[in-house]
Amino acid sequence: MSETTIYLEMNNIKKSFGDLQVLKDISLKVHEGEVLSIIGPSGSGKSTLLRIATMLETMDNGSIKYMDKEAASAENGSVHYAKPQALREIKKNFGLVFQNFNLFPHKTVLHNLIDAPVHVQKRNKTEVIAEAKALLEKMGLSDKEDYYPSQLSGGQQQRVAIARALALKPKVLFFDEPTSALDPELTGEVLKVIKALAEEKMTMVIVTHEMSFAKKISDRVIFMDKGVIAVEGTPEEVFNSDHSRMQEFLGKLKHE
Amino acid sequence: MSFFNMLEQISSGMLHTILIFFFTLVFSLPLGWIVAFGRMSKNKIISGITAFFISILRGTPLMLQLMVVFYGPYFLFQLPIGNWRFPAIIVGFSINYAAYFAEIYRSGISAIPVGQYEAAHILGYTKVQTFFKIILPQVIRIILPAVTNEVITLVKDTSLAFSISYIEMFSITKQIASTQTTLMPFAIAAAFYYIFNLLVSFVMRRLEKRLNYY
Repeated sequence: MSETTIYLEMNNIKKSFGDLQVLKDISLKVHEGEVLSIIGPSGSGKSTLLRIATMLETMDNGSIKYMDKEAASAENGSVHYAKPQALREIKKNFGLVFQNFNLFPHKTVLHNLIDAPVHVQKRNKTEVIAEAKALLEKMGLSDKEDYYPSQLSGGQQQRVAIARALALKPKVLFFDEPTSALDPELTGEVLKVIKALAEEKMTMVIVTHEMSFAKKISDRVIFMDKGVIAVEGTPEEVFNSDHSRMQEFLGKLKHE
Repeated sequence: MSFFNMLEQISSGMLHTILIFFFTLVFSLPLGWIVAFGRMSKNKIISGITAFFISILRGTPLMLQLMVVFYGPYFLFQLPIGNWRFPAIIVGFSINYAAYFAEIYRSGISAIPVGQYEAAHILGYTKVQTFFKIILPQVIRIILPAVTNEVITLVKDTSLAFSISYIEMFSITKQIASTQTTLMPFAIAAAFYYIFNLLVSFVMRRLEKRLNYY
């Protein structure tokens, strides 16, 4: 992995909410074409880490770099961001798929996809529409382009949300528990889409509770516990690790 | 005085009622947004002052506010108020209704899930784009029923202009009733207000239906 380009580098990330320290000095790298899964018990800080990586949340300490350009750094609670123009460019590098989709309810499926490329990236509308339609076809949603999100199932909505993120052509795509709001049947159709992206070598960081899925598609897995990276490595290394907390975590899941 | 005479005189006041209604909406609907943003400002001083003014405007009679606006310039600064009557009504009504609209807008904005802002932010929308393209269209649909309520109240509230002797429909009605000692003018005025509000409800329902596309 060391020869490939590093897309994202996070160093010494610390974050507290009040007296509760949720992230204790976390560093990680994401390489081009890599699928990284972040697993761990609730409250281990994995979602917070993702929200900091996407700059939805501030950090108390540490630095975030995309494509070797510093997006933000913080020391003792004061965050310093890149200049607005530079930050805008840096933010183009990533997309995020939310747990509860966050589609725009007043826009049709197609307009959810094309609005940002047309109005934010100022790209050619005809071109964007053609690309959006191709994306929807890939997601198995060609017949839904004129539907409003409320007319779709949760699984369909999440696939639209993935397509919307992809429409901006990000280099890294983050997933924040993308199937947690879905029942098992709908979970499958979303995971299938993510798996197809993995096969295309899309760089992805996935916070998930779907262990068997993480095991199957990841190049690397991070197990977080109490604000630290407890175990890190290939899926085999992590899932067969004799780390006590990891075993405890997997054991609990089996009994559920 | 014949029925048709009354009708003619009362309907001549209708125009002034409609003018108050129309100008109040033209000014108070946008002004409400400014007040709402002031109320939601992160700056504690701005939001505090705005909250104070909203509470005064909602907590005291509109009739009293109209009198303060109309007589204030003369009592306080000895300014001539000859042509001030109609503008004073529009100023008084607009400020009062802006306070109510502001609270409605604020409730609509706070009903939008934070995820909508986050999604827009991740997709690269600027704050202005986020407001106009993502938040506002959703807010308008949410607040429309509450706005309709206020607009219906405004139709009836226009009659308060009589308190500073502005000649609109209600003041004419009252005049005729007291000189002719009959209830007929009140019945005519009631019918006018009622029909006016039927029209308002009809228009607003059409608007609600159009916005119910998702």
